[in-house]
This record gives sequence, C-alpha cells and structure tokens, in this order.
Amino acid sequence: MADLERTVLHGLHLSLGAKMVPFAGYDMPVQYPMGVLKEHLHARAAAGLFDVSHMGQILLTSRSGRVEDAARALERLVPVDVLGLKEGRQRYAMFTDEAGGILDDLMVANRGDHLFLVVNAACKAADFAHLKAGLPDCDVGLVEGRALLALQGPKAEAALARLVPDAAELKFMDVAIRQWDTAELWISRSGYTGEDGFEISVPDRFAVALAERLLAMEEVAPIGLGARDSLRLEAGMCLYGHDIDRTTTPVEANLTWAIQKARRAGGAREGGFPGAARILKELADGPMRLRVGLRPEGRAPMREGTEIYAGTDGGAPIGRVTSGGFGPSIEAPMAMAYLPATLAEGDTVYGDVRGRRLPAVVAALPFHPTNYKR
Amino acid sequence: MKYTEDHEWLRPEGDLVVVGITEHASEQLGDVVFVELPDTGKAVSAGDEICVIESVKAASDIRAPLDGEIVEVNQDIADNPGLVNEDPTGRAWFFKMKLSDPSKLDGLMDEAAYKDLIG
Repeated sequence: MADLERTVLHGLHLSLGAKMVPFAGYDMPVQYPMGVLKEHLHARAAAGLFDVSHMGQILLTSRSGRVEDAARALERLVPVDVLGLKEGRQRYAMFTDEAGGILDDLMVANRGDHLFLVVNAACKAADFAHLKAGLPDCDVGLVEGRALLALQGPKAEAALARLVPDAAELKFMDVAIRQWDTAELWISRSGYTGEDGFEISVPDRFAVALAERLLAMEEVAPIGLGARDSLRLEAGMCLYGHDIDRTTTPVEANLTWAIQKARRAGGAREGGFPGAARILKELADGPMRLRVGLRPEGRAPMREGTEIYAGTDGGAPIGRVTSGGFGPSIEAPMAMAYLPATLAEGDTVYGDVRGRRLPAVVAALPFHPTNYKR
Repeated sequence: MKYTEDHEWLRPEGDLVVVGITEHASEQLGDVVFVELPDTGKAVSAGDEICVIESVKAASDIRAPLDGEIVEVNQDIADNPGLVNEDPTGRAWFFKMKLSDPSKLDGLMDEAAYKDLIG
C-alpha cells in the first residue's frame, strides 16, 4: 500500500486519541474516544470540529481578470448557474461527463475577482486535470499550504464568534475572508451535517493553533469521519463514490434543485455543459429511477449494497442501497437507494438483509430537519 | 469465565452456560445499534453464526461457542442495544445454552490466555 498522506492536524488527532483509518489516500480520524454515536449527537446539540483538510481547494481565475469570465468558463463543465452567483456567495455544483454522469460534486464560491472551489479528496487530482483541460482561458490553481476545518452545530456560531467576532453576520452559503491573529481565514457558512456551521480554510502554520483554540471551548468536541457520515446521511446529502458517481445523473440523484433555471430548457444559458442532452431530457420527461430515502422498519440497518425488491419473494431487484446505517438523532436505521421513479413516498419495498426481505418505507429526505441560518 | 477466539465469554450457571461478548470486542465494534438474537430451543453447532450485531460502523456475527441448545435469550439487548457497550460482561449477556458436552468448556481459554490473545 502506498504511503498515506497526512493533514497538518495529524499529530493533533493522535494526541486526542483518535482511531485513524485510510480515507481517500489520507490517514484520517474515524472517531475519537467519545465514539461515533456521542460525537454525532454532540454535533447536533453543541458544536463539532472536523478536519477536512484532505479535500481539494482550487482557485479559478480568468485570464481576463473578470470573475464573470471565470463563471462563464466553469459553466462549460457544470449544469449550474455560476454567472448568477453573487460576490460573497457559494453554491453547490457537480462536474458532469458526456453521458450526464457525475464526475464529482463541489462547492463554488464567488470571491470578487475569481472563483474558489472545494472538491472531494478522492477526486481532486482528476478535477484539477479536468479544469485545466476544459478551461484553457483560466488559471487553475490547486491551493497548497492551507488546511480546511469544519465547525458544525447550533453552537458553532457562538464558538467562532469568540475568535472572529463578525462571523455571526454571515448567512447560510455566504463566504468571506477574515483575519484571526495574523492569519487570513477563508470562511463559508456551510457544511456537510445539516446543521448551521462554518468551513474555514486556514494557513497550515495556524491550523493547529486554531483547532486547539476551538477545541478548548466547552461546546466544541472533535468529530471523526464516522459521525461525519451519519450526520450527512441524516441530512440526506450525497457521498461521492457511493450515492453519486459516473453512473448517476444529477436528475436521477434528485439534485435538480442544483440546476438553476438559467441552465434549463428555455433558460438564458440553456445546456452547454457535458451531458446536457440527457440531463435536459430527464428534466423534461422525468428520470427512470430516482435517489430516495428509505426508512427500514424495525432496527436492522440496511447497509450499502443491500438489494431492494418490490415484494417479499421472487422478482429481480428494483434497486440497491447506496448509503445506509443507523441515524443516532432519528434513533432508527436509514438508507438511500436508487429506485424506480414510479414509487412514491410511503410505499413499502423490501431490502434483502442476510437473506431475509425486511420492509422499508420510501421516505422524504432529509431524515433529520436541517438547521441552517438563512 | 472462559473465552473463545471470537471474543465471546462463557460463564457456567447451573447446568447452563451464559454467553456474551468481551469488553475488548464491544470496544472494537463501537456503538452497538442493533442485535438479532437466535430463537430459543434452537440446536446449534460450534461455529454457527447465530446472532448479528450491528454497530454504527458495520455488521458482525456472533458464533455458537460450542455445540448445544439455545435455552434463553436476553431480550433487553434487542430492546436497548447500547447495553452491549455499557455492560458487556454483565447485563448484556446474549444467550444461555445447554451444552451437548459440558466437558468441552475446559478446552476454551481462561482469562490469562484470553488476555494474551488480545495483547
């Protein structure tokens, strides 16, 4: 096995007693001594600090120096209205391929004269190459020397405001640059838990100090990848490589909310992204299958890979679980699966768990209500 | 108390043995969220997968430690799986079984041998 990379917070994780696992080529904390369940509940009740420095941070600047040109250029690769994204705002997007599949999902922020992108760790090298090849009119820079922290939970605002007093002025999906000590923090009010919170890009040499200052606060606890996964699943969010990939389109993935009017049929900049023919057709006609929530009855979780059937016996599978586990806040198992779009919320399907078909109800996402500060 | 390589403990109780999982196993599993118990009256052979434990991380099987019959199961851990983390060697016993050959118990590890196993 190739050597695992380490984030600048690696030593801090070890000193906090984290259990480390390989993730996307990095040695990352899956849990701390508190354990996944309590970490999850802590992030919902107070504030959790996550090291997400493995993710890719990319700066995109048009050679013209105009952010509009960078936005127009990026629109060639994403089915998202980037031009309409105002300065100081961030938006969810995905890179699509010619077949309409998803190459990665990402966040795009307008920072006045350039765009700032945050992409998945496992995809960052491919995304960088994709941007370089697709946008010859732009400078594409992979940000080096900056860590990325996420501070999530209802007390995240109070915690960060002690260090960055005007952080509270940011609204959900706002981005801003703020000073802390002599460090320049790139802050966005967003996250991957369904809770209010912030994602903070910080120069490497300040990252440990910032994390330690936050962790010293009573309401803040370190949270590992285990709880990050159960938090995002309760919030109904996709994990790239599991719930979305090149075999799923944004429409099938139930991400049509991320495709704004300007890029749809009849919009100001209709199409013009890879896979537009298929994606626009699915928007018009509806997809054959759709990512939905499942609430298994009883307590047995339906894990990733569980085959879903229409009935209690016979027949071929109608779909498969792409993420599944136990939701500590909803105190019940939960899953996401791609199922025929003809199914409706409240319909019962059956998951094959260890050779037995157990009932599950098609359910609305998210499983746990989101708590954003809009 | 006797132990298996599958991190189960066995405690004789009259002519039965009580079976559960060790503290070490419960720590390795993480927070337990679901337990599926065998049916009482079921005849089992050593090594049969007879229970399922799901933690927040993954599913694991509990195997029958020896040949015998399941006489009683602990419904408390099905109703409250968190007990397996709180009190694995006490209240969170899994099942009681009647061994086909009670002398087989002597062949299992004692506490010192089990401690060597888990290091």
